[in-house]
Amino acid sequence: MLRYTINRVLLMIPTLLGVAVLVFFMLRVVPGDIVEVKLRGDGGNVTQEVIDSERKRLGLDRPLLTQFGEWMVNMAKGDFGISMWTERPVMEEIMLRLELSLQVALMATFIAVLLAVPMGTLAALFRDTWIDYLVRILTIGGLSIPSFWFGMLLMLSLLAFFNWLPPITFTPIYVDPWENFKQLIWPAMAVGYRYCSVVARMIRSSLLEVLNEDYIRTARAKGVYEKLVISRHALRNALLPAITVIGLEFTFLIGGLVVTEQVFNLNGIGQLFVQSVSRNDFMLIQGMVMLIAGFYVFVNLIIDLLYAVFDPRIRYDT
Amino acid sequence: MKITRRTALKGTAGAFALGLGGVHWDMRHAGAQAVKRGGHFNFAISAETPQYDPHGSDTYATLHFSAPFYSTLLRYNLAKFPEVEGDLAASWTVAPDLMSYTFKLHPNVKFHDGQTLTSADVKATYDRLRNPPQGVVSTRRATFSDIASIETPDASTVVFKMKAANSSMLDHFASPWNTVYSAKDLAENAAGPRSKINGTGPFTFVEHVKGSHVSGKRNENYFKKGLPYLETYRGIFTLQAAAMLNALQGGQVLAEFRGVSPAERDRMVAAMGDRLRVEESSWTLNLLVAFNVEKKPFDDVRVRKALLMAIDRWGGSRGLSRISTLRSVGGVVRPGSPLATPEAELAKLPGFSKDIKKAREEARKLLKDAGHENLKFTLWNRNLAMPYTPAGVFLVDQWRQIGVTVDHKQSDTGPYIAAMRSGNYEVAIDFSNLFNDDPTLAMTKFLSHSKNPLNMSRANDEEIDKLYELQLRERDVEKRKVHIRALEKRLFDQAYQQPLLWWHRIVLSHKTVMGWQMSPSHNLGAQLEGVWLNT
Repeated sequence: MLRYTINRVLLMIPTLLGVAVLVFFMLRVVPGDIVEVKLRGDGGNVTQEVIDSERKRLGLDRPLLTQFGEWMVNMAKGDFGISMWTERPVMEEIMLRLELSLQVALMATFIAVLLAVPMGTLAALFRDTWIDYLVRILTIGGLSIPSFWFGMLLMLSLLAFFNWLPPITFTPIYVDPWENFKQLIWPAMAVGYRYCSVVARMIRSSLLEVLNEDYIRTARAKGVYEKLVISRHALRNALLPAITVIGLEFTFLIGGLVVTEQVFNLNGIGQLFVQSVSRNDFMLIQGMVMLIAGFYVFVNLIIDLLYAVFDPRIRYDT
Repeated sequence: MKITRRTALKGTAGAFALGLGGVHWDMRHAGAQAVKRGGHFNFAISAETPQYDPHGSDTYATLHFSAPFYSTLLRYNLAKFPEVEGDLAASWTVAPDLMSYTFKLHPNVKFHDGQTLTSADVKATYDRLRNPPQGVVSTRRATFSDIASIETPDASTVVFKMKAANSSMLDHFASPWNTVYSAKDLAENAAGPRSKINGTGPFTFVEHVKGSHVSGKRNENYFKKGLPYLETYRGIFTLQAAAMLNALQGGQVLAEFRGVSPAERDRMVAAMGDRLRVEESSWTLNLLVAFNVEKKPFDDVRVRKALLMAIDRWGGSRGLSRISTLRSVGGVVRPGSPLATPEAELAKLPGFSKDIKKAREEARKLLKDAGHENLKFTLWNRNLAMPYTPAGVFLVDQWRQIGVTVDHKQSDTGPYIAAMRSGNYEVAIDFSNLFNDDPTLAMTKFLSHSKNPLNMSRANDEEIDKLYELQLRERDVEKRKVHIRALEKRLFDQAYQQPLLWWHRIVLSHKTVMGWQMSPSHNLGAQLEGVWLNT
């Protein structure tokens, strides 16, 4: 198990290095200059001299390899640089939004898992009954309806029926938990519905597959209680692919809620990502890509380790 | 030496300000209704400024953020726009030859940190604007290039001496971007205002939560006694129109001061009924069609002219104004403003004919003569839904009607500006973001490309440069109008570029929001000093 873990951790390094090289050089191919977007984007009549001096001040006039080397060295020291748009540290910009994004992702995951496990299990156990049909209808609905649209429906319904809307500015959970809950529960529900549908369908199909396995038939033949057959033998194995989906969906939610964040006016990582791309803020984009890549790699590591916990064959193979 | 109508008008404004020096400010802002003091005001800001310093910015996002914290020397009297009035200046005099401007400052003006404002602060501010030190961006540096020196004979007097007469100077002094900073602060760190706020404005800075909001509270030491009315306010960043409209409907914000589209207005009117106030005005913004004269066949004036003549602006105005913020047909100066070309005169210029059938026939003939009957080209546009997309679609359709095929290419601001700078485009939709009706500002775009790289036609035309300079130096309004008309005619005859349509501003607010003054520019009136809540 230790060797397996070390292998997985070591694999993270070349992956993140590859991401760093790709993101740095690919961004430089994109046409556009942050200084011009900043000073001329709103029709500003600034001279080329001003543009050039600003580019120099931001270090954009230096050779690409110098910029890359400096970025890598600083990153190794934990310094992700300065946002070229706001001129504040990249990590400060990210951390400000990460708290909100992480909380929405956690709340959505909680909602999704809480609903998906019983829904998927019941649908598989009562296959082709009204329960199964109901779960299938609900989950197909969840997959078909875009989260942002569902979010808009939620907002408009709150407005139309209760003449109330969730708070428009973020209050951290440690400042006022109720205010925080009132704002974030709605986006968490909007994305949690789709998330829950994906996981419930995955659990249903893998549980159906597992229920036909020989070891389940053997357990039943031995006279093991049905509840134990389901919980200890079937569900434990059926959850393996669901864990992968939960992990990937969770990571996606950190930076992928662009439109949902816009609908709820949330100051999250997704919005920051889109804004920094449209402004050509390379340093901030690089910082966020590295952060999200780091999340993916880390979550995948956790999934791999969980696989090893749930499936002894993996441990024995390595 | 001549005292022109314009100078006289502005002089009157100065005298008016001086005369009212002892009058309580409430009387000017309150109107007939009794003002209610105090309260908290939430409003939406539909963009977030990257930094706090208006000197280095051209986006309204900076003004809607920073203006409540600062004062300027002069400002526009929005109720009588484009008349100017004093802000920090209690009065001012202009030399008849426009070679010097003397400002008397209000006494007892304090910065938020307690420093007393003196003429040295105004001098330091304008020195920073016209000659920014290393590491400081001043986007209006060229605007003040005619200033020879700034003198401070005493602590409350500032004298600007000019190298040459400049008929736009008072407008420049009234620019909302020229916020006055403390000389001491600038001496300590000239780039400080980018990230630190210390002004003399009606509100003091409380906090800026990135991506969320900016908030301010009443400046108890504000030099205009009795102002501001609000106790606190919060400007909430709502980057998506849908979120902003929901927040407005739900009462989370009570106003948004940039502007919305007609469709958004109609939705809100239907949803909110008489709880909503709708204010409309023509806007100091326009979209332009620019032909790159360095690309064939746009080096041929016949091709350019034909394309302009095929555009039915009058008909387009009726249709586009229903679905977009585009509305008014106008020349190089905002239609309806004092120096604008009257409609009857405008209709005689290429591209503005009211007989579109005849104009298109002529356009076809011009294309045939130029050997480009089946012309095909790409139109570059920004990928902003309002109003760039409808404008692009409209142009494609207009040109289709004379047999021209157009590929409409919309891109992000970054690649768009990169293409414009490199000249890698044939025809583009450009834009003018103005804050007043001063023709100098509006016509800078048309100066030869060698003098101004932001001329999207990339044309070099000495005649236009000469006329620009003549109108800039002319003190007589009527003579100035002649030069402006001549420049406009030359520009449109040569068909380098031409305004497509001017924008129309629609501002929505709850009826409980009082004392805010509508104007033709979203860059003006952001100080909030006269705003109060009727709740």
